[in-house]
Order: sequence, then structure tokens, then C-alpha cells
Amino acid sequence: MIPELGHFALILALLLALVQGILPLVGAARNYPAWMAVAKPAARAQFLFVAFAFGCLAYSFLTLDFSVINVTRNSHSRLPEIYRFTATWGSHEGSMLLWTFILALWTMAVTLFSRHLPEDMMARVVGVMGLVSFGFLLFMLATSNPFLRMEMAMDGSDLNPLLQDPGMVVHPPILYMGYVGFSVAFAFAIAALLSGKLDASWARWSRPWTTAAWSFLTLGIMMGSWWAYYELGWGGWWFWDPVENASLMPWLVGTALIHSLAVTEKRGTFKAWTVFLAIGAFSLSLLGTFLVRSGVLSSVHSFATDPTRGLFILIFLLVVIGGSLLLFALRASQVGLGGRFALVSRESFLMVNNILLLTATGAVLLGTLYPLFLDALGLGKISVGPPYFNSVFVPLVTPLIFLSGIGPLARWKQVNVPELAARLKWGFGASVLVALLLPFTLGEWKPMVSLGYLLSLWIVVTVAIGVRGRMRTSAGWSANFYGMNLAHLGVAVTVIGVTMVSNYQTERNVRMEVGDTVTVQDYTFRFDGVKDMEGPNYKGARGTLEVSRNGKPVSTLHPEKRIYTASGMPFTESAIDYGLTRDLYTALGESLDGGAWSVRLFHKPFVVWIWIGAVLMALGGLLAITDRRYRTSRKKGSAEA
Amino acid sequence: MKLAMKSRHKKLLLVAVAVIALGAVAALVLNAFRSNLVFFFSPTQVVNGEAPRDRSFRIGGLVEDGSLRREKDGLTAHFRITDTAQTLPVTYTGLLPDLFKEGKGVVAEGRLNDSGVFVAQQVLAKHDENYMPPEAASALEQAQKAQKTLVAPQ
Repeated sequence: MIPELGHFALILALLLALVQGILPLVGAARNYPAWMAVAKPAARAQFLFVAFAFGCLAYSFLTLDFSVINVTRNSHSRLPEIYRFTATWGSHEGSMLLWTFILALWTMAVTLFSRHLPEDMMARVVGVMGLVSFGFLLFMLATSNPFLRMEMAMDGSDLNPLLQDPGMVVHPPILYMGYVGFSVAFAFAIAALLSGKLDASWARWSRPWTTAAWSFLTLGIMMGSWWAYYELGWGGWWFWDPVENASLMPWLVGTALIHSLAVTEKRGTFKAWTVFLAIGAFSLSLLGTFLVRSGVLSSVHSFATDPTRGLFILIFLLVVIGGSLLLFALRASQVGLGGRFALVSRESFLMVNNILLLTATGAVLLGTLYPLFLDALGLGKISVGPPYFNSVFVPLVTPLIFLSGIGPLARWKQVNVPELAARLKWGFGASVLVALLLPFTLGEWKPMVSLGYLLSLWIVVTVAIGVRGRMRTSAGWSANFYGMNLAHLGVAVTVIGVTMVSNYQTERNVRMEVGDTVTVQDYTFRFDGVKDMEGPNYKGARGTLEVSRNGKPVSTLHPEKRIYTASGMPFTESAIDYGLTRDLYTALGESLDGGAWSVRLFHKPFVVWIWIGAVLMALGGLLAITDRRYRTSRKKGSAEA
Repeated sequence: MKLAMKSRHKKLLLVAVAVIALGAVAALVLNAFRSNLVFFFSPTQVVNGEAPRDRSFRIGGLVEDGSLRREKDGLTAHFRITDTAQTLPVTYTGLLPDLFKEGKGVVAEGRLNDSGVFVAQQVLAKHDENYMPPEAASALEQAQKAQKTLVAPQ
């Protein structure tokens, strides 16, 4: 009964999405106020039905309704309760429902928080989001119905062990909040093209939404990276896996977009470019969904290999991307050019920022799609590994980060170069000096370490100069300004983490018998053997490693080797002693003869800085959203009173 | 008037710089791309000498039953990868992935040494037990096709 209700709710949501997509857009074009007024109620009703459907699916999972195919394939009677719930979006079908649910959530949020929008703008934005939602609902109902039933099964085949992790409770929803959040920026961009109105207030409306989506995406990627680090059992934090690239590409374009939006709001320039980026960020989000969900990629995340799904998404992509780019080509010229700026100005710095970010996106796109392309044409199988991405990324990101120090200190329109140079010379000198000398204290001097420290210190110094400058002029609190600086400091923190772990990590794979000790970077690991253990839905071996440093105990780690009962899948659960300056990472390999095991013992200096930095970036974004000027127009009456 | 000229010069300069920078970046990306492509070969192709000797590549197929042997250090493994037509000896030092098993699909990246042994730097087995890596599947398929064409004329 419950699954049927969910199915029915999806069908109603589909019809509502169609109404929400068509009436307001036609109404806005023809200026029919009654039709435009349909936007909000239709969006809210659609939200209710999608949320209801989502609730139905979650209910089926929580109550282990094994007559639902989706539940049977992805759950098990012994699966712990929390993972039964998260299994709701652990499958292809469920994740599509989550996508649609979050899209409805964002639309709902727009109707609630953007009350100051003019009627026609609201109608267009909500209408565009309704059309996107219609596409996804149709896709779900036609090819990926999460509520399909079959004969009652005895028990399920369990959730993929990799997804049975607390990280998977929050990672997909947060990541989707980011992906799908760009649909708001996209809808604003399409609305601007349709109406031909693109001014500073348009940028002010769409900026907080874009920054919010970007912050969620940043957090989502950070969680994915951290999850891969501890869950895949070999201690890497970024693999340049196509699935990761699929989330990185919209992030890079989204980063370009939030910077370009700043120019559009403050100076009225980069208008068409901003619209283009908004289309690009959302298109890449869709492409990411397509890559990950259609089974094109051979990776953990590809749940299905069903060609009709692939075809549907491909057509959907063509319609959305092709249609919006066509609209862009036809209407962009009406959007106008905006203010002029000099060769050296904040605008030009931000332009270089955008160019570098887009080039990086292009490089990732090439490395991710080219192998698929060749394969599809039957021209052979190739793969593009980390060396390519690393060798491309470092030279692109280095100037990007360096300029992100200067950009915020540069004036709009025209920079007085000698003045700016005078302001920065001491900071630059100090950064260079410290960056050159500091690596000596870390044991070994490496050029890449100095480069990493230079970039990081440079950001810290320039942020300090900027903040001090602002305090002197006593311009007062600006959430936008401090948010930006916090996010830039986050970049500095991440750069330190990447630099340290890439250059100074120690990875040892050893055979250990009970009582053996191995020393890695001052830390002595003693292997105290392995005991049998039993979890709720797995059996396994639990090892004990005593870690000490100079004779003093540091921690006791229990890496596990599990075999999940239902699927028979073996699984390595790592054990990590986290620390601000180093992680001690251990994982069990295989049982060898004589009670010995092969064991991974890794020393990862500063690795948590990578994620702390990402969290700071996201927090910076969220702080910036609270800026007063995004709210003033709504509360104009009360604020001025 | 003077000012206008100046701004035009600036614009020209800007365009020139942009073109040069774009060219440099494109060269950087494409060069890195070309030198880091990893090609895939099936065991049959490797045995036929089609695989490169001087750079690393990927092979895929099934881990041959009964071929896995470990050295005393517990970390160096020797096994053979087969596409059912040909087999290739492989050696790997390190911890094998969870789903590495005899009779199951596998993909390895590495190079050939002088005695024709494939020295793997990386062994990939996918995260789902029932899932065959596409490279391994394609190697098996090719071998089957080749066998069919051999059988056909008889």
C-alpha cells in the first residue's frame, strides 16, 4: 500500500511539475498575472508530493518491505537501522528520488526566501526549475521507478559494505544540495535571458543562492574525499576517479561563477559571461549525474547498467544544455556590456581567475570524457591517470592561488600599481623567506614544499593586510567581506595539507607476526594479533596495534577485516589515529601463514588540514550569504523604519 | 586622442597576452595528456608482442585458478592473468585489494620486464563482487571472438 501511495505521489508531482513549468513561463511572457501566480502554489504542492514519495520509500526501507525490488536489492534484515534509512538513497532509483526531492526543496526555498523578487522573475525562476523537475520525475517514472514491486523475497541482498558508513548518511544529501543548488543559479540565468533584464539587482538576487549551493558542494566533495580516505582502506584522499571529477567540474565552474557574480553585482560587467557560467555549472552537475548514475563509468557509484536510462539522460542533457546554450546565443547580446575597466584592476584579476578555473575544468573534462569517447567509438581502451591531472593542475592552480591574494586588495576599475606593490612588498618578501627556510626544519628541502608554503603564506599575509585595511577605514562589519577572507584562508589551509601529505607521507606495507614492531616516523607499531569478531551483518577479524612514541603509548588501533554475511563481500575497515599534525593510518591486508598478517602502516602529516580547509571555505561561503544587503530589499520597510 | 590610442594599444596587448597564454596552456595540457595516457592490452595482445616495452600499460582478464603464489615476505605475489586464450605472468609487491580472487576479474597497471613478466604497480579489483571490470570483460570477449574465428574454417 505504502509503495503504491509513493508511486502515485510521484505521478501527481510529475503533473504538478508540468503545470509549474508551463503556466508561469507562458504567463511571464504574455504578462498574465494569474498564470504567473500559479508558480508558488504549484512549486509548494510539488514539494509536498515529492517529500511524501520520499517518505514512503524511506518507510519501505525502514520496515524492510522486501516486496519492493529496490529494498530487496539494497537492504537486509540484519542491516543496522541507520543504514536501512540511508539505503533509501543508496541505490540508483533512490538517489534519483533524493535528487528530485532536493530540487523541490530548493524550489520551495526560493518561494519562501526570495519574496522580494518581482512577480515575473519569480514566475520564470520557479518555472524553469519546474521543467527541470519534470524531466527528472519523468526519468524516474519511465526508467527508474523506486517503488517497483515483485514477489515477496525472503531477505535482501544487503547494502554495499562501502556505503555502510556514517559518512554515507550525510555525504550524498550534502553533495546533492550542491549539485542541485546550481539549478537555482541556472534558473536565474535562464530567467534573465528570457526577460532580457540583467542588472545589479539580478546579481544580488542570485548571488546568495549560488554561494549556498557552492558551499554545500564544497562540503559534499570534502566529505567524499574524507570518506574515500578512511573507507577505501588505502589512505588516498583524491584519486582523480571519474566520479570525483564529476563533482569537481561543477565545483570549479561554480567557483568561477561566484567570482564573476561579484563583478556583475558590483560593477555590472561580465554579465553574459556570468549567465554562461551559471548554465555551465548546472550543465556539469547534470553531466556529473549522468556520468555517475548511468553506469557509463566503472566505479562504486554506478549502480546500474541500463542503456535506456543512459539514452534518456543523454536526451535530457541535450535538451537542457543545448536549449539553454541556444537561448544564450540568441539573447546574450541583449544583456549588455557594463562598466569598463583598466588592464590592471580587480576586474581583470577576477577575469584571470575565471580563465584559469575554466581551463582547469576543460583539462578535467578532457581527461574524464576522452577515454569514454574513445571507448564508445570502439577505438580502444585507455585510461588517464593521476599523473596527467597532477601535471596539469599544479601549473594552473599556482597562479590562481597567487592572484587570489592580490585580487581582493586591488581596486575596482583601475589599480594604482606602485601603491599596491608598496602595500604588498613586505608581505611578499616575508612569505618568500619563510617558504624557502621552513622546509629545512621539516627534514628535507623540496621545491614543491616551498612553493606550497609560499602560496599558503601569501594568502594568509594578504588576507591579514586586507582585514587590517578594512578595520582602519572602520567600514564596519561586512559578512560578505569576512566570508570571502575566511574562504581564502581555507584555501591556504588546504594547500598546506596537500603539500605536507604529498611530500612527507610515509607508507609502509609490512608482514607482521604477533609481537612484531615496526617503526614509521618515530611511531612504533606493535602488532598484538587478531581476534575473531561478529558484527550485526558481518563477521571478521579485529586486529590490535599498540602505537607508541619514544616508549610512551600514543594509542591503540583496531583495524578490521570483515566479510559481510549476505553478499560474502570482504571488506577492509581501516583504523586511524587522527591528529592535527599527523594521522596514523592502519589497515589489515591478508592473513598469512603462522598467524601473521600483512598490514598497512601509514604516517600522513597534516592530512586533516585538507578537509579543515574545505570546511573553512564552505563556512566562508555560508557566512557571506548572511550579508545584510541580500536581505535589505526584502525587509525594506522595516529596515528603513 | 592620445588616451584612446593608449587604450587601443592596451587592448591589443591584452589580446596578445591572452592568445600566448592560451596557447601555452593548451600546449601544457595536451602534452601532459599525451604523455600520460595509459593504454589497455589483453593478454593475447601482450603475448603477440603488441604491447609497448618502454612504457606502462594496463592489462585485464581473470586471475587464473591456482596461479597465486606468495613469497616469504607475504607481500610479493605472483599470479597469472588470462583471457582464456593466453596467459601472462604477473608480479606485484604490496597489499592486494579485498576483491582480488582467483577466477575473478582483475585489471593491473605496470610494465613488462625483460623476461616477459608483467610487473604491476597497481592492481585494481572493483568494489562489487559480481561486477566485472569492463577492461577485463573486453579482454575475455576478444579472446572468445578470436577463438571462434580460429574454429570456424575447420
